[in-house]
Amino acid sequence: MSIMQYNGSAVVAMTGKNCVAIAADKRLGQRALTVDMGFDKVFPMTNRLYVGLAGLATDVKTLHDRFRMHVNLYKHREERTIAPKTFAHMVSHMLYERRFGPYFVEPVIAGLDDNQQPFICNMDLIGCPNFPNDFVVCGTADENLFGMCESLWEPDLGPEELFETISQALLNAVDRDAMSGWGAIVHILTPDGVITRELKGRMD
Amino acid sequence: MNSIVEELTTKNREEVKLCKELEFELAPGDDFSFVQKFMDVKSERNALIRAAHGTTTLAFKFREGVLVATDSRATMGNVIASQEVKKVIEINDRLLGTMAGGAADCSYWGRVLGMECRMYQLRNKKLISVAAASKILANIVYRYKGSGLSMGMMVAGWDDKGPGLYYVDSDAQRITNDLFSVGSGSTFAYGVLDAHYRYDMDLDEAKDLARRAIYHATHRDAFSGGIVRMYWLHKDGWTAYPLEDVSELYYKYHPEIAITNAADSPLTVNAS
Repeated sequence: MSIMQYNGSAVVAMTGKNCVAIAADKRLGQRALTVDMGFDKVFPMTNRLYVGLAGLATDVKTLHDRFRMHVNLYKHREERTIAPKTFAHMVSHMLYERRFGPYFVEPVIAGLDDNQQPFICNMDLIGCPNFPNDFVVCGTADENLFGMCESLWEPDLGPEELFETISQALLNAVDRDAMSGWGAIVHILTPDGVITRELKGRMD
Repeated sequence: MNSIVEELTTKNREEVKLCKELEFELAPGDDFSFVQKFMDVKSERNALIRAAHGTTTLAFKFREGVLVATDSRATMGNVIASQEVKKVIEINDRLLGTMAGGAADCSYWGRVLGMECRMYQLRNKKLISVAAASKILANIVYRYKGSGLSMGMMVAGWDDKGPGLYYVDSDAQRITNDLFSVGSGSTFAYGVLDAHYRYDMDLDEAKDLARRAIYHATHRDAFSGGIVRMYWLHKDGWTAYPLEDVSELYYKYHPEIAITNAADSPLTVNAS
């Protein structure tokens, strides 16, 4: 089994009309053994920018701390908050710095830019960025998530519709993946602020 | 140098010829290692052919008979292939088998066991004992020892001696005891069973214990889940109980977890 599958995870982000959603499961396991059902994989970087980290849990923690440090350094140096696109390139650079001894993490970035337009991005573990305009997925349930997103997502969804879409996509994807699930959390980023909700999921 | 090249190519040619000759008529032969190179029933490595896996099954004797309970998840790698598999084999009116390991191995040899038990009944004009039935199974799998069968089965029943419970696996190990649990979730089930098991339980207590043991196993083991399937074996045969979804059991066992319906609470911003 690959080290990317050791802890289990599922992260997804979707764009809507002037809003963007990012969601993740809450499981932390050691192969088949479920250790924790409250493990966060999505972290706020600014109040318009969230990052989801799927993969090896120890690297998720380390990278979260390093991202936080660099975002704070940027804020002090530039006297403004980092834009989603800038952050994505920073993440890509930080991952490629470890090209020959990588962090075993695939990041998903979701944010609203200065014009309140949705921004999503995902990368492989050595920082190859990808900027689609519909949805991004990663984790052990990535194939399942692709299937759900391809069939449920449509353009210009409002915050309520986007919440329903991303929730159904995530819950139904993790219900067919043994390594992820055990509850889920959804963040909807809107120009007015962030809506955070925990989902009831199957606990097996 | 030329001789080495020649030797290598000749040898290579022979190997190709060997494979051509074998084609697909290999299974009944003596050399199982060829198939095993490409097949992984025990989930030990990443082979081309991988069989369905992952289970929690349990059975225990108690005052009023034997209780048998299983989960219902089938996985192929990390993918959940099914959430409603039947892991209890109804061998006949008085015998049950449980399956763990290779699903195909268990259901096939369970069916063969059913036939053998019926043959015994016709030949001897009496029902087979649990000991004899489990021994037939153990003897069958012993002939295939080392050939890659993967099964951990329990045979439970009621005969002249009263309740019977045997564990038989693909190493042809056959043992009897009052309590067994088999599968990837068995360690979790044993934790619950060992803490609360008493022989002197009544039927309701036994059902509660089995349900809880399966539930805890499905909760912690990624490869167990779905529904709880329970059977009670008594002197008149077996009784099957309604299926219970373990996801509903989680919220029943944790009433402190408040659930709000998303439809009842409109989206409002709670952070800036």
